[in-house]
Amino acid sequence: MTKPESEITWKDVDIGGIVTEPGNAVQYKTGEWRSQRPIFDKDKCTKCGLCYLYCPEGCIYQTDDGYFEVDLFYCKGCGICANECPPKASAITMVEEEE
Amino acid sequence: MAKRVGMEVSIAIGEVVKLANADVIAAYPITPQTHIVEHLAELVADGELDAQYIPVESEHSAMSACLGSAAVGARTFTTTAGQGLELMHEVLYIASSMQLPLVMMVANRALSSPLSVWNDQSDAMAVRDTGWIQIFVENGQEVVDNVLCAFHLAGDQRVLLPVMIHLDGFFLTHMVEPILLPEQSEVDNFLPLHQYPLPLHPDKPVTMGTFAPPVVYSEIKKAQEMRLEASKEVILECWKEFGNHFKRYYSPVESYHSEDADTLLLTLGSSSETAMIAIDKMRGEGRKVGLVRIRLWRPFPFEEIRQAVKDAEVLIVLDKAISFGGPGGVVCSEIRSALYNQSKRPKVISFVGGLGGRDISPQGFEEIINKGVEISQKGSEREFEMFGVRE
Repeated sequence: MTKPESEITWKDVDIGGIVTEPGNAVQYKTGEWRSQRPIFDKDKCTKCGLCYLYCPEGCIYQTDDGYFEVDLFYCKGCGICANECPPKASAITMVEEEE
Repeated sequence: MAKRVGMEVSIAIGEVVKLANADVIAAYPITPQTHIVEHLAELVADGELDAQYIPVESEHSAMSACLGSAAVGARTFTTTAGQGLELMHEVLYIASSMQLPLVMMVANRALSSPLSVWNDQSDAMAVRDTGWIQIFVENGQEVVDNVLCAFHLAGDQRVLLPVMIHLDGFFLTHMVEPILLPEQSEVDNFLPLHQYPLPLHPDKPVTMGTFAPPVVYSEIKKAQEMRLEASKEVILECWKEFGNHFKRYYSPVESYHSEDADTLLLTLGSSSETAMIAIDKMRGEGRKVGLVRIRLWRPFPFEEIRQAVKDAEVLIVLDKAISFGGPGGVVCSEIRSALYNQSKRPKVISFVGGLGGRDISPQGFEEIINKGVEISQKGSEREFEMFGVRE
């Protein structure tokens, strides 16, 4: 289904709801579920990569300069990255999403 | 040319599944369906039918195996009864909503408790809303013919839905009847090759049975409903084509002496033929009575039902299942709904009878009709009558 979900009509539904486009789960915006977002502080970050390893959504990635960023399209705001960031660094804080 | 043979109906079902060249059969034996699976297992074991016979540990597994089989594009058959159909229940919805074409015979049986292996249609009514095409048959020949039609229909690219055929346990499954079994060449001419358009295959990956969030679930359900409704045209076409090939004709609602009848009886399944004996006798006595039988149960034949009963004054509906604490019979309740908005409609009287194998004789049908007419005139304190119960 190439249309956004909110525009799909019943006539667009494939036989038995079969998905014919492999890998289209990347279009599913799980970021909408988030009530908190992680903020990364580059001054404190030691580039250890624990946030990247622990992220259950796989939406934290390393940039060219070695620091880490989050893809907010997928980030559900679970806070595991902030929890796993070593206490000596505490480079990630969770902040409330504004309405 | 087809040969007329004397054959137990269950064995004939095995033979016609063989003629339809089924690829996969997954089933669990349960009375009164056992002879069907026994015969199919035998045909496969003896090399007479080149199919995969999957012995399973339960009916839930039988239907689940059928889903997988239909999903890879195999022509798939299963059969069950009573408690077995109930154990399949959640998987039945998945077969229809995933549009996996397969064919199932249900040897209608009463539900426990008390345990009863005998016939009524409680099992059929409990799966009314599962989204399958559902057909009731009245004798051995109709079973054989409609198994072929069911394979034809299920695999039609415009349908791609599972088809359930209801036949009364024992009353039909264990009868030896004269049956015209078609030749292999005749079946091959009628039944196209089974080709599922989007089968599971590594060369062209697809995802089946996905999750749907609230934003699309309703659209998917409407698509399912529209497809089942639209299947009716194809069902009519299929029965017509079957008639062209085999000279036996079927329609969603069938009538017997109903043209000028002021009183109509409505039945489903094998009791229809017994009821005809009562109709014949009463006609002989000058009574204007007739019979209407529902063959196509889902999609429900609204227009045909309205047409068939519009000129009658009284319509007596016999249900072989009970909706506890409700309006009595499920079939009657649906008929009432179908007629409610019609400006001209008969009085509808509900009877529940024939439960757990209790036989209704021709004389019994005569009593039902007479009692129904009496209620239509004098009224009743109850929403429905239970026929033949000792007070």
